[in-house]
Amino acid sequence: MNVNPTRMELTNLKRKLTTARRGHKLLKDKRDELMRRFLDMVRENKELRREVEKAILDSNKHIAVARSVMSGEALDVALLLPKQEVSLDVTSRNVMSVDIPVFDIKFRSDNEADAYSYGLAFTSGDLDTAVEELSVVFKKMIRLAEIEKSCQMMSAEIEKTRRRVNALEHVLIPQYIDTIKYITMKLDENERSTTTRLMKVKDMMMNQQIEMQKRAERLLNA
Amino acid sequence: MHKIAVVGDKDSIYGFASLGLGIFPCDDGESASKTVKELAKNGYGVIYITEELFELIGDDVEHFRDMPLPAIIPIPGVKGNTGVGMRNVSVSVEKAVGSDIIS
Repeated sequence: MNVNPTRMELTNLKRKLTTARRGHKLLKDKRDELMRRFLDMVRENKELRREVEKAILDSNKHIAVARSVMSGEALDVALLLPKQEVSLDVTSRNVMSVDIPVFDIKFRSDNEADAYSYGLAFTSGDLDTAVEELSVVFKKMIRLAEIEKSCQMMSAEIEKTRRRVNALEHVLIPQYIDTIKYITMKLDENERSTTTRLMKVKDMMMNQQIEMQKRAERLLNA
Repeated sequence: MHKIAVVGDKDSIYGFASLGLGIFPCDDGESASKTVKELAKNGYGVIYITEELFELIGDDVEHFRDMPLPAIIPIPGVKGNTGVGMRNVSVSVEKAVGSDIIS
């Protein structure tokens, strides 16, 4: 760092170094805690995703069967005018300074039978199975969305925090330490040179005095 | 109040209509990308998209990753599972840890 080797600069730098060290420790703790929670979340995320994917695949199979026994129009008519409606309430929760979303779903009606938007007479039984499976897995899908988003946001935050920790640890703090060392050495050097100068001056003065005394003695003797 | 959308080919997503989710049929990456951006602007909080389309538009929705909303979640379509959903989770791990330690 390019600084003047003065005492004031030295005190400033020392103060900055303690702050940087404290910041580094705090950020490191933050990173570790974020990481711990993140890993728990990712495990849940993977588990949940496996379940959801399996359930949706099953349901898709049933829809495929239904499609093969019903006409396309009949299927569209059956599905495209839903009785049920879903709205999503988004709040957020703060986890280690990351605002992760919390999803809350509300159905327009609580009646489970409202998932079937069609009469049972003209549709295939496989369609009922498919719709039922989807309505069961839907809660998990919401949780999946919540947790997957949280994981994405936390991973971004972890990356950011890790960069900061590394920058402090490997760049800023060593730089401060080096500069402090440089200033201390420079100041010490100055002090030493002052001392030698003083010694030299004292030496010269002593010599002068001795010379004077000698001359005085000579004059007295003469 | 937010809404939930499902984007994908018609066969994969019609089932979700019965649950009361908004369904937006798309067949190619271009229209899917446009639809998703439109939905993100119009207050959809969660967008489920079939894995096939997700793979096609991956780069266009990359910037939604770090935003709180919308959550763009790949789901398997009628043609099966491409595994991009799982890979997507691994990407998060890789970003955070440096390598995929949970596989």
